[in-house]
Amino acid sequence: MKFTCLSKGGGFHFPPCHMLSVSGFRILLDCPLDLSSLAIFSPVPIALEAHESLDTDSVVRKKQKIEKTLDANDLVCAEPWYKTVKSLHLWDASFIDVILISSPMGMLGLPFLTRTKDFSAKIYVTEAAARIGQLMMEDLVSMHMELRQFYGPEDSSFLQWMRWEGLEVLPPELKKIALGTDCEELGAWMPLYSAVDVKDCMRKVQTLKYAEEACYNGTLVIKAFSSGLEIGTCNWTINGPKRNIAYISSSIFVSTHAMDFNFLGLQGNDLIIFSDFSTLDTTENMENDNTYCDPVPSSNASDDLYNLEEIAASLLKDDESMEEMEKLAFICTCAFDSVRAGGSVLVPIDRLGIVLCLLEQMSLLLESSSLKVPVYIISSVAEELLAFTNIIPEWLCKQRQEKLFSGEPLFAHVKLIKERKIHVFPAVHSVELLTNWQEPCVVFCPHWSLRLGPVVHLLRYWCSDPNSLLILESGDDANLALLPFKPMAMKVLQCSFLSGISLQKVQPLLKALQPKLLLFPKDLRCKIQISEANTIIHYSENETLCMPSSKESTEIDIATDLASQFHWKTLKQETVTRLDGELFMDQGKHRLLSGFRQADSKQHRPLLHWGSPDLKRLLTELSKMGITGTLKKVMDSAGSKNAAGIIDIDDPEKALIDVRETGTVIITADENLASHISKAIDIVLDGI
Amino acid sequence: MAIDCLVLGAGQEVGKSCMLVSINGKRIMFDCGMHMGYTDSRRYPDFSLISKTGDFDNALTCVIVTHFHLDHIGALPYFTEVCGYKGPIYMTYPTKALAPLMLEDYRKNMDRRGEDEQFTSDHIAECMKKVIPVDLKQTVQVDKDLQIRAYYAGHVIGAAMFYAKVGDAAMVYTGDYNMTPDRHLGAAQIDRLQLDLLITESTYATTIRDSRYGREREFLKAVHNCVAAGGKVLIPTFALGRAQELCILLEDYWERMNLKVPIYFSAGLTIQANMYYKMLINWTSQKIKETYATHNAFDFKNVRNFDRSLINAPGPCVLFATPGMIVGGFSLEVFMQWAPSENNLVTLPGYCVAGTIGHKLMSGKPTKIDLDKDTQIHVRCQIHQLSFSPHTDAKGIMDLVKFLSPKHAILVHGEKPKMATLKERIQSELGIQCYCPANNETVTIPSTHYVKADASGTFIRSCLNPNFKFSTCSSTDKSYLDSNESKAVSRLSVSDDRATEGILVVEKGKKAKVIHQDEFLHMLGEKKHEIQFAYCFPMHMTLTEDLSSTSHMLCGFDKCTLISRLSMILSDELSEGNILDLGEELQVESFCVSVCSSDDCPHRLSSSLQNGSESVFFCCHWSVADEKLAWKIISIMKNSTL
Repeated sequence: MKFTCLSKGGGFHFPPCHMLSVSGFRILLDCPLDLSSLAIFSPVPIALEAHESLDTDSVVRKKQKIEKTLDANDLVCAEPWYKTVKSLHLWDASFIDVILISSPMGMLGLPFLTRTKDFSAKIYVTEAAARIGQLMMEDLVSMHMELRQFYGPEDSSFLQWMRWEGLEVLPPELKKIALGTDCEELGAWMPLYSAVDVKDCMRKVQTLKYAEEACYNGTLVIKAFSSGLEIGTCNWTINGPKRNIAYISSSIFVSTHAMDFNFLGLQGNDLIIFSDFSTLDTTENMENDNTYCDPVPSSNASDDLYNLEEIAASLLKDDESMEEMEKLAFICTCAFDSVRAGGSVLVPIDRLGIVLCLLEQMSLLLESSSLKVPVYIISSVAEELLAFTNIIPEWLCKQRQEKLFSGEPLFAHVKLIKERKIHVFPAVHSVELLTNWQEPCVVFCPHWSLRLGPVVHLLRYWCSDPNSLLILESGDDANLALLPFKPMAMKVLQCSFLSGISLQKVQPLLKALQPKLLLFPKDLRCKIQISEANTIIHYSENETLCMPSSKESTEIDIATDLASQFHWKTLKQETVTRLDGELFMDQGKHRLLSGFRQADSKQHRPLLHWGSPDLKRLLTELSKMGITGTLKKVMDSAGSKNAAGIIDIDDPEKALIDVRETGTVIITADENLASHISKAIDIVLDGI
Repeated sequence: MAIDCLVLGAGQEVGKSCMLVSINGKRIMFDCGMHMGYTDSRRYPDFSLISKTGDFDNALTCVIVTHFHLDHIGALPYFTEVCGYKGPIYMTYPTKALAPLMLEDYRKNMDRRGEDEQFTSDHIAECMKKVIPVDLKQTVQVDKDLQIRAYYAGHVIGAAMFYAKVGDAAMVYTGDYNMTPDRHLGAAQIDRLQLDLLITESTYATTIRDSRYGREREFLKAVHNCVAAGGKVLIPTFALGRAQELCILLEDYWERMNLKVPIYFSAGLTIQANMYYKMLINWTSQKIKETYATHNAFDFKNVRNFDRSLINAPGPCVLFATPGMIVGGFSLEVFMQWAPSENNLVTLPGYCVAGTIGHKLMSGKPTKIDLDKDTQIHVRCQIHQLSFSPHTDAKGIMDLVKFLSPKHAILVHGEKPKMATLKERIQSELGIQCYCPANNETVTIPSTHYVKADASGTFIRSCLNPNFKFSTCSSTDKSYLDSNESKAVSRLSVSDDRATEGILVVEKGKKAKVIHQDEFLHMLGEKKHEIQFAYCFPMHMTLTEDLSSTSHMLCGFDKCTLISRLSMILSDELSEGNILDLGEELQVESFCVSVCSSDDCPHRLSSSLQNGSESVFFCCHWSVADEKLAWKIISIMKNSTL
């Protein structure tokens, strides 16, 4: 088995990406896009600015470079390209056998692969993730089209900013994003796929339910188990004839909306690939907090726990989800304060679960007050997405499922839309929006990068209003994201949400799963001590690890009805038999089943002989069959028992049996006689 | 190893489906239904057969319910709350959501009919709390050894067939299913599984149905004619299933024909049911499923709530009223009012339980119905009987059995004589052992078991390489049977004996091992002793000019000519084997022939040449495996002339 981490990703929106090779099959784990690098592009410029920056392009930039402070004019003013996983381009897409997608975010880069020539991989995605992922891609394409309309069709295939001269003048902050730290990532940029590519991609996707068994090529049994991060996100188990693997992506034990992290489903696998980098991001954001650099000591509580149920119970303590709910409540009160002061609230958050919960809580809060503030959701796919979330009880957490059983809608937005408290519009320029528009208001819209979609227009509109509030998910560089909208009078609330397994829970989780071998990110090594696994292998980006197979020989199942028909033969120490039937590979198991062909008598004749025959015995056996002959020549006169020689047969027909050390030749013109002689030899010689 | 099936209900009858299956030590109860035709103890399965002491928790591993119809779930609250079963219960999400509605509706009806109440509202609620919902195809690990999985069954929303596997033994219990899609549900779908046992319903064991479109048209026409003439249509149904199906049908028709006649739902129950259906739209047919984003198909536009005051309001209307079969309640109330007018229409389902008014209306054409001794209803209205059913027909059952090809099949949920006919068909046409046990009978069948062995890498690798052997065999073609003459057809058959290269070795105290035959001798420390046949004999030839001169000194070139001539003869006459011309040698499998020029060839039995100039010696050798082929070639060679 081989494992290569292609990218450790970056945060919720850019999950990690790995390449795995098991039982001769190449498996790609996730295929994301790094949308945070959209930040180097300028959002659709306001008409006047645009002309200026387009004409005097490089001169202006060079000037700025000397002045050192980054401002809006430094941004690349061109139709944006999209950054894929760099190392993925080093692999031939046509050699990938299986692609496993763990989350909607993990499939945003998929159309780039599926449109390549000779692409033939089987793509497995959970049903819900596939639907949500498709909507996200369609939204991305439609938002990009808006930008494209501004820039017009690209006439030159060679882009100004991607030329070396263009890259040279980029300020270092942007250059780092464009080229990567070691200047290797320029090749990762791609122009966006089309709506047709997305459609084609979805046609190649095989959707699964949680815990549905998918059998690839009869060899690998692949199953998805809920990870709790979002609706439809999952972890994977891959069971092959030689190894059982569990892949753990960013997971949340108790979710406020999605089905909880089903870690018990991952039990019984000898190898675990731990790929939850979420703690890496949170600690990076708290750089000045030195305490995080020390490894987290295993918490006292978990040391005392030895049985599985106790560990499970401690893992499922929902303190984290309580914290999340409090966070949401805080956001709602901030928003409420804002609208009460007459300002509007803009929420460009693209985490489906968070948005759904925020919608519920915010409406509840607004309802309890006398304020009549409308809530708008503006996105080309919002209507379908909201409808979709209400027909998927099987993918939601226990509390939501209870709503199904008591006949209530799964999420409150259904009722709120019907009561016209929430309004859903496909775009900022839709007629219904313009006629309904009312301020102050609360607006949910894409895109979190602040470069695409309705958010750009609304942010421009409100950025100078000190009463308005922007609620942002804290990312790598909020400063860069907000650059085109500066100076800003608008208030900004940055918040981070739980997006993976917290450090304290890693160890108890591994204790519950008890893998023989653990693949763990090198970057997290200093943050946590792990003592559970027999062997820990640390991995880092672009390093291929080879792991020897854990089982020496392959197990084979022989059907009892077939086994009972075998012709056994007892040798000195062992009993042996020649096999029969047909060997099947099914569900990762080798199975020997009786074939469809009827066994004919010839099957019982031995095909392989060893030793050498005793000539005298052979003569006796022959005479029993009514065949007489004489021992004509003895080659070896040393007195050995099984001497070589020739037997001359003259009754019933003429025949010769030429016996030598390594073989016997039967020479006769008669078919019957030949078969009788060979039967006699079978008797005196060991064979199978 | 064996699988024991104890039939607690629905054996040679329809009603109270309940089957106890013991499979490799695990005991699963499939369905827990009640019989609508009885009011005494016979309405429930005889649970005492499961455990004499009443300790059901230890006697059962789990209970699985296939769908929410009362004959499959009706006894569940009684079993859990009165009998005290506390173990796990599995059903699909829609079944868990909708079962309480069905049970509650039934409980209320029971109340009304004055029967002794066997369970309460609280019992239903408590019972449902114990249910673990499952999704389709989700593999559920009930315990370490038992795995179950649900497959889509059509029939009603959430209906599922259940697959259960313990160790190497596996089975499927179908519940009720439909092999053809209907207005709102898809057809049953299942993987090709390796099964020891299939337990299938057989409601329509001998019926074969044609397309449903004609029947649907008939129904719509009847309704349309009635409302066009200003009449009222009464559709008595139960709250779930049929009501939604007909409503989708009518809604669609109303849209197409631009009709404005109101469609009413009687009680809040059906409206509430639609709420569930909207959330569960993923469990309906593909076509309906796709409507979720734009307009959920269960968001009925033309449907309104009915009010008692509307019963005698003027003008046409269509009314869905519960309960079905006009058992009593509101549907009876409306029927009493509407039946006397010949303008009105009552539609009835294909099957009504004896004793109901629905049943009376269907049997003959009564003009009067005596409700009780004081009340008499004059029936002048039209009656339309619906003839589509959510059950599979005989062809569907045969298709499923053939597709799954289980080692054994058990028929339940059907009528005895028809089941016997189907059983015969399954045994004779498919060659599958089939049973149709009566209630409280046990059927025992053997189950699959595998012996485990370790296989060597060489064996596995050799099995990866194809080792095809082609041969033509003549056989009687059965497809010509109807033309009354069986033709002998020779066809190419392919055999692949990869597995026979393997040898199974069992040593005392060690795990059985499979090795390749090449490794075997090495293991024994012995040397191979090859047994071969050989024969060198003369073959007739016609002299050609260039050969005549050098008849005794055959050079290499001439050998090649002879061999290629021989090759031509063989390829004409030989139907099997792969002939390889290697220049001076000819190979067919292990059979090898070459021109023999040495006079004292050891493989010659007689060196006498009758016609020295007109024959040439060929020396052949072959191994045991190709004995038959070799002799065939030799006889061809002896009978032909080069």
